[in-house]
Amino acid sequence: MKKNKLMTVLMAATVAAGLLTGCGSNAADTTADAAATDASADAATDEATDAATDAATDEAADAATTDTNADLSGSIAMAGSTSMEKLANAVAEAFMEKYPGVSVTAEFTGSSAGIESLEGGSVDIGNSSRSLKDEEKAAGCVENIVAIDGIAVVLDPANTVTDLTQDQLVQIYKGEVTNWKDLGGSDEPIVVVGREAGSGTRGAFEELLGLEDACQYANELDSTGAVIAKVASTPGAIGYASLDAVDDTIIAAKLNGVEPTEENIKAGSYILSRPFVMATMGEVSAQSEPVQALFDYLKSDEGKQLIQSVGLITVD
Amino acid sequence: MHTSIFANHKNKSIVEIIAHIIFVVCALVAVMAVFAITAYMIINGSPALFKVGIKEILFNTKWAPAAAEPHFGILYVILTSIIGTFAAILLGVPVALLTAVFLAEVAPKKLADIVRPAVTLLAGIPSVIYGLLGILILNPLMYKLEKAVFAGSSTHQYTGGSNMLSAILVLAIMILPTVINISESALHAVPDHLRSASLALGASKIETIFKVVIPAAKSGIISAIVLGVGRAIGEAMAITLVSGSSVNAPLPFNSVRFLTTAIVSEMGYASGLHRQVLFTIGLVLFVFIMIINLVLTGILKEKEED
Repeated sequence: MKKNKLMTVLMAATVAAGLLTGCGSNAADTTADAAATDASADAATDEATDAATDAATDEAADAATTDTNADLSGSIAMAGSTSMEKLANAVAEAFMEKYPGVSVTAEFTGSSAGIESLEGGSVDIGNSSRSLKDEEKAAGCVENIVAIDGIAVVLDPANTVTDLTQDQLVQIYKGEVTNWKDLGGSDEPIVVVGREAGSGTRGAFEELLGLEDACQYANELDSTGAVIAKVASTPGAIGYASLDAVDDTIIAAKLNGVEPTEENIKAGSYILSRPFVMATMGEVSAQSEPVQALFDYLKSDEGKQLIQSVGLITVD
Repeated sequence: MHTSIFANHKNKSIVEIIAHIIFVVCALVAVMAVFAITAYMIINGSPALFKVGIKEILFNTKWAPAAAEPHFGILYVILTSIIGTFAAILLGVPVALLTAVFLAEVAPKKLADIVRPAVTLLAGIPSVIYGLLGILILNPLMYKLEKAVFAGSSTHQYTGGSNMLSAILVLAIMILPTVINISESALHAVPDHLRSASLALGASKIETIFKVVIPAAKSGIISAIVLGVGRAIGEAMAITLVSGSSVNAPLPFNSVRFLTTAIVSEMGYASGLHRQVLFTIGLVLFVFIMIINLVLTGILKEKEED
């Protein structure tokens, strides 16, 4: 009996001790973080005072970042568009390699969710695969277009119709044309695949074609990969997806006789393209050093190469 | 020798009190979670109900949340969940019940030893695997069936096999382990003297099973079915992959959206009122699950009173 009680008490004590330790170490961490933040804030303020003008501060900051890659430390949190997953991951990886002291985390929650996180202050950069809405800009978000993405119209690999006009595309998505034989193909029903309401790709696709709220989807899938997979495995299916998601399991259709290639998108002859935005709260120059460095990196030749390597088109 | 580590009565009672507090706190975690979730669902789910109008949400069939003039009618979504779940139960329960009877009453031990682990394994397979198999195997078959059924139809919108029927089949398979395991326990719990009495009166084994054992295990089997309903109505991952996920009337060859998949598929990109309405859908689902749980509690109570 006594032994049992002793055990109980010991266990209780262990649990209590565990709880206390847990709290203790957390508190210590928080304090340390807070101290670090204070220190950097102080340093920044000092620098600003010394330099006296904003421009000078910017220069100083720039010089600091270029001179001391290794010294730059901190973290960048980004969240947003699933369409930008490839780009964000590539940037995060390459940037962390260049600046080992900076940790970049990227989450893919969707364009609106990313901007919401930015407004809520939980991330530094909100990734959006559409232009920012007026209400988002009013909340202080600044639209920094880092790349341009083309939207490809994808067809199942057995389809003989590989060139569509804009009108035909509109008719297909409105449900006015329902069989490929009406477009010169084989007698195969058209399975219209699209993305869910709110998706950046869907928003861009419908807006670019003037199809807002008029599409008759047979499938509304919630990711780019799902669209590609469904189209690849379903005879007669048509869908849309980011250009960089196009692989050889499907055909990317020509539109008005124009192939969905980078040159054509840059030249403006391909009709389906959209901006990739890395939004910040306030101008880039008002961001933390690591975030500024990230944008500088994206503008550098190295960054541009990276953007191209993930199938996107650079801005300038 | 006195070996207690407590020097006196006072220390001992302090330790007792601390231990008591820790136990109470642990017990409260679950209760708090339930209350927090309930409060959160009501706080987040109800504003849209009043902004859009209860009638407009619950009894309208048009779902166009991102349109310039948005519509948030989820009647088809609610009906899909109810009919889909009901159909899955209709398909799955007979199979599950007969499997349970087989395991509990009929099967030779060696065979039961093969079937039982298979059922357990079925319960352990992640739902996304069901969904993937649905895409790879079920959807192409369904598309062939769809083309055959609607050959020559000019009004039918072809779904490529992602339809209500596929979702129902996947759900029916997914509820099997739940219903089998609980029904089997219920059948095992039927006292042997009932079987002996029935057999002694000249009833055959099959007669005994259907006229004596199953009626005696009725309340256990009903709770198995209710739990199966719970599993089916709450499932999202598997059916989001096979159902096509467009909001349509819940007909067998239509691409449909369930309450769960409505939340899952649009939460990522939704903003503003659209997002709030998704929480409202969550609230509706929550209410359904609560009702199912209350029914289950009622059945279990009745069983105790018996």
